[in-house]
Amino acid sequence: MMIPIYTRRRIINAINLTFSVLAMAFGLFWLFWILLTLFDKGLDGISVVTFTQMTPSPGDTGGLLNAIAGSLVMVTLATLIGTPIGIMAGTYLAEFSQRGWLAPVTRFVNDILLSAPSIVIGLFVYTVYVAKVGHFSGWAGALALALIVIPVVVRTTEDMLRLIPNSLREAAIALGAPQWKVVTLVTWRASRVGIMTGILLAVARISGETAPLLFTALNNQFWSADMNRPMANLPVVIFQFAMSPYEYWQELAWTGALLITLSVLGLNVAARIFMRKRDF
Amino acid sequence: MRNNFLLAVITKISLARLQSDAAKTMPATHTAAKLNRQRLLDWVFLKAAWFFTALVFVLLAALLLSLLIGSWPAMQAFGFDFLFSTQWNPVTEKFGALVPIIGTLVTSLIALSIGVPVSFGIALFLTELSPPWLRRPLGTAIELLAGIPSIIYGMWGLFVFAPFFAKHIQPGMQSTLGEIAGIGFLFEGAVMGIGMLTAGIILAIMVIPFIASVIRDVFEVVPAMLKESAYALGATTWEVIWYVVLPYTKTGVVGGVMLGLGRALGETMAVTFVIGNAHQLHASLFMPGNSIASALANEFTEADGDLYTAALIELGLILFLITFVVLACSKILLLRLKKREGSLS
Repeated sequence: MMIPIYTRRRIINAINLTFSVLAMAFGLFWLFWILLTLFDKGLDGISVVTFTQMTPSPGDTGGLLNAIAGSLVMVTLATLIGTPIGIMAGTYLAEFSQRGWLAPVTRFVNDILLSAPSIVIGLFVYTVYVAKVGHFSGWAGALALALIVIPVVVRTTEDMLRLIPNSLREAAIALGAPQWKVVTLVTWRASRVGIMTGILLAVARISGETAPLLFTALNNQFWSADMNRPMANLPVVIFQFAMSPYEYWQELAWTGALLITLSVLGLNVAARIFMRKRDF
Repeated sequence: MRNNFLLAVITKISLARLQSDAAKTMPATHTAAKLNRQRLLDWVFLKAAWFFTALVFVLLAALLLSLLIGSWPAMQAFGFDFLFSTQWNPVTEKFGALVPIIGTLVTSLIALSIGVPVSFGIALFLTELSPPWLRRPLGTAIELLAGIPSIIYGMWGLFVFAPFFAKHIQPGMQSTLGEIAGIGFLFEGAVMGIGMLTAGIILAIMVIPFIASVIRDVFEVVPAMLKESAYALGATTWEVIWYVVLPYTKTGVVGGVMLGLGRALGETMAVTFVIGNAHQLHASLFMPGNSIASALANEFTEADGDLYTAALIELGLILFLITFVVLACSKILLLRLKKREGSLS
């Protein structure tokens, strides 16, 4: 039987468009399944104890206080180290890159760092820092995370600065402003929302990173404010507890997983909302 | 004529200025000092920016160098055999990278073969089919999939997906796909839930948001006029996508796929949970295997002996080089699309 060509084209169209709708549903399906699981398994564990007690030893009960604190400290430090470097380098790429060989090379290098596997970054910090000092430490963890922050911030800073119309810079220069004032008072200010968004996204990314912390901060079962010693952190605790045979540990891991996912997704959504009210 | 006139005016103005400056010498030196300070600050700012840029550059160089130095003992001990040996024995200190390399490549290929068609469908839905008010929320939802930390994927994969997969899907696959001569051997063995196929599927879910958002973005650069012309000729939506949009954006699409591949290759935690971590080579995708990243995550802190550590670092170096090549390819392709876009508009 011959199907008329017109009907056949319509059938093919219908089939493929149905596939497209199914693909969309497929994508959303996983998102909801994962989120549902997290709420289902993690929500019960959230209580005051989670935020006030240390991680327990096997058979004991406890919370995630030291892990949460360690994660906060390392993420904050990494952001404080990585952001200024990233913003300055991004500024150079966007504003002064006409001169010299450095800018094109760095742009390429930055893209490589941006998509370098995070475990390789952990390996790098291990060989140049941990192996030299001889022990795992909170500083090493913060450094590894900072290395992940830098390329993200460089990239967004450059992209955002490039969106600023040149007439704005020319107007400032015509008024006699020196170049550093043009950059700090005009272009940075005009693109601050975009740059902030980039920083938020970088923070979101490092908050969930586990692989680079395995070889750097490792873990610590106790409270430690000493950055020169191994430091507890949420992702590694989740990893170790989830892989453990103890049921209580696994429950804590789910609680931690829910906390970390909510904060990372929250940061992502915040960045997006922030981005929408970009003022140029 | 005009120029001469302008020149005259400018000379006059500057003369007047000189005279007035001469009249009040004090402020003039003051201005000069101020100018000098600004010049100095300019110089400082430029140098600072340059310094941090150079720092980023040095970081990558240091990264490569440290991996090279760290893996040197292993390179000396095994040479090129390292790449082709399946041995991995910490006791006798014989190491070969073939098993993890193959594991990394196979899981990534599975991820792409599922992820690419789905991503294409999602991008098609978001650009052509979705009602405009749904576009933003749906696009955000897909991008949130990229925001979920990889360790969550791993945990969920191990505790939720793997048991489900072993109970409901794997037996079905064995009784259907497993019976087909030629590819049946891919689905042999006990159903455990974990293994190469599970790792590949989890990776597919993880790369979908990356590939889909790149494809969506490049689909959006297609000039509306091109599509409208095709529609005006009576093409169906699918024909417009397949014969007009896709050829126009194919380099960009491939670039996006490569980006997803780079992501899949380097993924650590999700794979570590579900791949099974066995240094063995199996033809069956149901069997446990190992990937470079998960071998590192599992063994690095426990590795004793310099050779063991060096072998693991060499694994890291290989992984880095593979992702480097993939990324370089994707950049070149995306650049070519950009160039063409420039020449057409």
